[in-house]
Amino acid sequence: MRLHEYQSKEVFSNYQIPIPRGRLASTPEEAKLIAEELNTPVVLKAQVLVGGRGKAGGIRLVKSPDEAEEEASKVLGNRIMDIPVRRLLVEEAVNIQQEIYVGLTVDRERGETLLIASSEGGIDIEEVARVSPEKIVRIGVNPLLGLRDFQARNMATEIEIPRPLWRSFIAICQNLYQAYLDLDATLTEINPLVITTDNHLIALDGKVIIDDNALFRHPDLVDKRDISAEAPEEIEARKFGLAYIKLTGNIGCLVNGAGLAMATMDIIQHKGGQPANFLDIGGGASSEKVAAALRIILADPQVETVLINIFGGITRCDEVATGIKHTLQTIETDIPFIIRLVGTNEMEGRQILADAALETAETLQEAAEKAVNLSPEPVS
Amino acid sequence: MSILINGSTRLLVQGITGHEGLFHAQQMLAYGTNIVAGVTPGKGGEWVMDGKVPVFDSVRTGVEVTGANTSIIFVPARFAADAILEAVDAGIELIVCITEGIPIKEMLLVKHVIQDQNVCLIGPNSPGLISPDHVKVGIIPGSITKKGNVGVISRSGTLTYEVVYALKQAGIGTSTCIGLGGDPIVGTTFNEILSHFEGDSQTDLVVMIGEIGGREEENAATFIASNMTKPVIGFIAGQAAPPNKRMGHAGAIIEGSVGTAEVKISALKNAGVQVAKYPEEIPDLVKSL
Repeated sequence: MRLHEYQSKEVFSNYQIPIPRGRLASTPEEAKLIAEELNTPVVLKAQVLVGGRGKAGGIRLVKSPDEAEEEASKVLGNRIMDIPVRRLLVEEAVNIQQEIYVGLTVDRERGETLLIASSEGGIDIEEVARVSPEKIVRIGVNPLLGLRDFQARNMATEIEIPRPLWRSFIAICQNLYQAYLDLDATLTEINPLVITTDNHLIALDGKVIIDDNALFRHPDLVDKRDISAEAPEEIEARKFGLAYIKLTGNIGCLVNGAGLAMATMDIIQHKGGQPANFLDIGGGASSEKVAAALRIILADPQVETVLINIFGGITRCDEVATGIKHTLQTIETDIPFIIRLVGTNEMEGRQILADAALETAETLQEAAEKAVNLSPEPVS
Repeated sequence: MSILINGSTRLLVQGITGHEGLFHAQQMLAYGTNIVAGVTPGKGGEWVMDGKVPVFDSVRTGVEVTGANTSIIFVPARFAADAILEAVDAGIELIVCITEGIPIKEMLLVKHVIQDQNVCLIGPNSPGLISPDHVKVGIIPGSITKKGNVGVISRSGTLTYEVVYALKQAGIGTSTCIGLGGDPIVGTTFNEILSHFEGDSQTDLVVMIGEIGGREEENAATFIASNMTKPVIGFIAGQAAPPNKRMGHAGAIIEGSVGTAEVKISALKNAGVQVAKYPEEIPDLVKSL
């Protein structure tokens, strides 16, 4: 679960990491009011969970409260990379001397936490990583020892933080690590961490991602989940524990297991078709879950064929078949289905669907071919 | 011979009185696996499965009394990391963790602890291992496999089933089939298993099934190029997937362009691996060798 910038900054502030003064606004009038309170030039920042927000016009520097109101009215209610902007963070503008990157994340290859930093932070950090990887410094953190002061100090020297700022840089690294631990984050990142013209460190922007598998330990964070920027089908999918990603094609896919779901999409593409979605019902799905998955697929207006590929292990084919049958009894649809059921309780599953007169397939290849043949060429 | 599991496997089931644990323990016993003990804290002293298997309160007691050397874990996610550490502490040599959804921080600790120990952890979020007609430690349905000379390693669950089933339909059997587990942090990666297959007399060739994300397949390609004399056939799931959902900048900084299907496929091809375009092409490639 990814936190908004304003939520990440709340976290930073709770962990004594300096952030600019500011508040959230949901109307132009509020933006004006906050600008008046701050009594400085302010920055308006659209709270949308997409990268490249600044380049898309989601960040504006304004000099006066009136200008704040005017600019806010242009951004609020508009869309940034197709996400509606409902809130702005209105913050004091900061005079920047240098932008640094500092973050903590899980390096899955090494199986450990990394402290990562660079003297060249800011919006082009990925470009820095690509073009001059030597400017990105990584230090591994032993999970039993935690991040030690000497490691943060070594980082400060590596990325050439001025000596008078070492103490506060080390404190920021330590506090960021503590937040990373306490919140079960897989990422806590400050980018940029700014050295101001009057020689202070301040977190100008940040990102926090919480490990979904650990959310049970953080019910307060779950309540803060902002679903306003999410597609309704993704909210519905999460409610039923389904992994769903909308794609651009016209063949709806319902599969058990992420690897098999991807392989099913691959073979559809290989046979000349385009998948409309990735959908993994997980292991041991109930008929209710299958029905919810089908409802989500059928609600997508782009879907012209549905391919169901189930390889039963923990998942039972009869449960899946029951879910399909119930859905078809409640939703009227002309969309053709191709169903492949193999594995646990395969015969029982086929029996349940026998009178539904649905197209079936024996192999994955056959299923994909039938689905592609039944789907009109997608308009590109 | 098979790899990792064989006639001397003495299996202990952690979480044996749970719904999943009991069901799969019965399946494994019926398949011929030597289940010597179960563990459920608070239920020590009971017997399960028609009085065939004793239940202990701790892995340590189970090992002391029965000489168990392998453990399989079915306990819920929030207790599973502890269950792994308990098995390590009791001296179990092969631990197979079926549980999915363990918090990543817990796995970082587990990974750190096991790196200096003489233990092999498969998973978490793994379907386990099967040596057809012989031993099964996991949840892979026995009926979809057939004994033979192909070693199968995979990061997926049901996609593995798809592949071993397609092999069986084509008359090709498996020596051992192993699911490494789908989580970002797992105990064992391709290289260790490839090395086991290289040294296994029953295995003549290896099928490895990868997927997008991480760089395990890239590392495996390097390993194959310099260490494998047996042929390897590969498949990478996720060629049609949109660009990976990245973990902020840090993920992109660490992984860069590695992790995409194209990069993995070309790394494998450069290492001499034949890469199938879809799962059901794998049997054809096996036959062509």
